[in-house]
Amino acid sequence: MGLSKGNFKIISSGHYTPEGVLTNKDLEKIVETSDEWITTRTGIKERRISDGKTTSDLATLAAKNAIEKANYDKEDIDLIIVATFTAEIRSPSVACRVQAKLGLDKPGLLAFDINAACTGFIYALNIAERMLQTGAYKAALVIGSEVISRVTDYKDRNTCVLFGDGAGAVIIEKDESKEVVFSVQTKSDEDLILYVDDYVSMNGPKVYQFASRIIQSSVNAVLEHGNIDKDSIRKIIPHQANIRIIQSASKALKMPMDSFYVNIHKYGNTSAASIPIALDEMLETEKINSGDKIILVGFGAGLTSGACSLTF
Amino acid sequence: MKEQLIKIIAEELSVEEKDITLESDLQEDLGADSLDAIQLIMSIENEFDVTVPESEIDHLKKVSDILKYLEENK
Repeated sequence: MGLSKGNFKIISSGHYTPEGVLTNKDLEKIVETSDEWITTRTGIKERRISDGKTTSDLATLAAKNAIEKANYDKEDIDLIIVATFTAEIRSPSVACRVQAKLGLDKPGLLAFDINAACTGFIYALNIAERMLQTGAYKAALVIGSEVISRVTDYKDRNTCVLFGDGAGAVIIEKDESKEVVFSVQTKSDEDLILYVDDYVSMNGPKVYQFASRIIQSSVNAVLEHGNIDKDSIRKIIPHQANIRIIQSASKALKMPMDSFYVNIHKYGNTSAASIPIALDEMLETEKINSGDKIILVGFGAGLTSGACSLTF
Repeated sequence: MKEQLIKIIAEELSVEEKDITLESDLQEDLGADSLDAIQLIMSIENEFDVTVPESEIDHLKKVSDILKYLEENK
């Protein structure tokens, strides 16, 4: 398992979710399903669907939200990493489009995408952290952004109820007083239990099995490597894929459900965007003190997975 | 071991212990869906301190399958 320690400070965070709401009742009219079935099986009540805005539009709006909230001088940003699997065009990257849309042109600025499916934001944070450590970059804008409605088959009732669109962003800078601990890994998936070609396709029970186990082992790996006491964790922000996966992780980790931040009922699974959206919402609603630790944990196609502890 | 196993199954699947027999099929008789069944196996792993390989999980359909697995691997 890829374990590492480093440091950064979260200067600001932001998110953007499209205005269009697709409820379970709406889906009842499209495929053979029911609000009750979706709610008990997944915890999802509604999801947001982009009305023509692209993945880089969503990413840019989330980034602007983060910049405005901290009144941050955007000219300081010299690294942009976007985690996504739903770029609107094959090239240039979403990160390059975000750079252009934010009007950033600092000499030496670097922008690129990574694809690690639903774990993308954690991989991107890990990469940004390592790049900030070199001293070559001052401030990283790390974004998870997805328009999954573009690759969702609304005739497949097993998958179309799960996904939504959205974006979340953070701005981070090196800060030696704020330790971060990462545990990331990729497990080989010969059978492709979860993949996206034209549309998302998955073997639900197999993914559930993988996810439920990997949350526990990733979180424990971070706690152990960072020598962190479980009781000192203010909140765990899990990838929002299925409420039952989170409940299962809560049980396995022996941590109560209220120590997990959950917003899946509002947005469904937004893949790489789910963790930064949840992080930003949590920071808006909960009082987080300096020194508090939270853990992010994700898993997805690959099979990718990872967790990291952040210090505020 | 059998009593302990039945107790966990009853708890996890919210069924009465008296309704569980060795021949009970988790999904067909005890009302578990595929995710409940996986969840149950994870609880059994914790309780009995075993790790069931993913390839084995699909074969644990009846209470007797689980008991046999535990007897052979515990």
